[in-house]
Amino acid sequence: MRAKYTEFQPRWYRRRMSVFWWMSRRSYLIFVLRELSSVFVAWSVVFLLLLIRAVSQGGPEYQRFVHWSSAPGMLALNVVALAFVVFHAITWFNLAPQAMSVRVRGKRVARSRIALAHYAAWALLSALAAWLILE
Amino acid sequence: MADHIILQVTRYRPERELEPTTQDYEIPLREEWAVLDGLNHVKDRLDGTLSYRWSCRMGICGSCGMTVNGEPRLTCATFLADYGPGPIRIEPLRNFPVIRDLVVEIGDFMRKLPQVKPWLIHREDAAAPEGELLQTPADLDEYEQYSMCINCMLCYSACPIVGLEEGFLGPAAIALAQRYNLDSRDEGAHERMEVLSTAEGVWACTFVGECTTACPKGVDPAGAIQRYKLTAATESLKSFLLPWRSA
Repeated sequence: MRAKYTEFQPRWYRRRMSVFWWMSRRSYLIFVLRELSSVFVAWSVVFLLLLIRAVSQGGPEYQRFVHWSSAPGMLALNVVALAFVVFHAITWFNLAPQAMSVRVRGKRVARSRIALAHYAAWALLSALAAWLILE
Repeated sequence: MADHIILQVTRYRPERELEPTTQDYEIPLREEWAVLDGLNHVKDRLDGTLSYRWSCRMGICGSCGMTVNGEPRLTCATFLADYGPGPIRIEPLRNFPVIRDLVVEIGDFMRKLPQVKPWLIHREDAAAPEGELLQTPADLDEYEQYSMCINCMLCYSACPIVGLEEGFLGPAAIALAQRYNLDSRDEGAHERMEVLSTAEGVWACTFVGECTTACPKGVDPAGAIQRYKLTAATESLKSFLLPWRSA
């Protein structure tokens, strides 16, 4: 078949993006997983709020919460959620230096140092939280 | 090293086909040849009908961008020998309509670029500067990286958001806006914000980061966009807390 075409009306070819474009490249897949991880971050927050409510309502309510959260399905969900939250945190900290241009005495701070500072702050806050809970 | 290599080149001849096809060309494999040299060999010796863009052969003009083995590359800076034993797949840049063979239509980018006013803006109500506007090496360092952009559009080809969201300003345009925003001689940051801090500006970017990976000049458009997000967020917070200052 002869395509409709004249010298003055070139017919452009537009390639459509596949629905599975994010599978075509590792970096795209990591990006989509990182976006997806926010759902699990949100779930973690909801779970934490439910825990706080249960604790504030006293013993029996707390026991019911513990029982509910130790069900296999809930346990599996929280294991997956933990993995995604850690993934979210790590990718976030790795990307943070790219968004920040920090200067100390006129000199640009190396990106690795900015990332390191973030990880250090993370470790410090986690240790503080662990100390508060376990003491 | 083998002495020949196959180039699998995408052909699209709108006057006779509805969809692109692939054509193989066997060319000599020489260590000093870039992919562009291979295409020039095809054009000069094997098939004069092949269409593609090129000019400077030295990574400055930004016109020879193509997709080489699935990656957006400047073909003048991509060597055949690195792809041995081949074959090498050469396609037009992605996320752009194809006019013919390896030639893409770049009007969309050319319309978006001036929207960010990529030039030095001097406030009209201020007095004209007397003499040169001097800069220190530190002032230059603030924006120099972003000034390296050669408008080759490899970042547009690498970015999935460009392909999905038609209106997205795109990585290079935003990086070039930052090139002027961060210039100590420029006073146009406020004007550019109206274009940059929108759903089709920086906020469309989801930080895939591939623009930076693809950039042949080390511009880091992803970094420029994220830095601007921080600036835009700070500015909108300031105008919320101190409304009398933003008037």
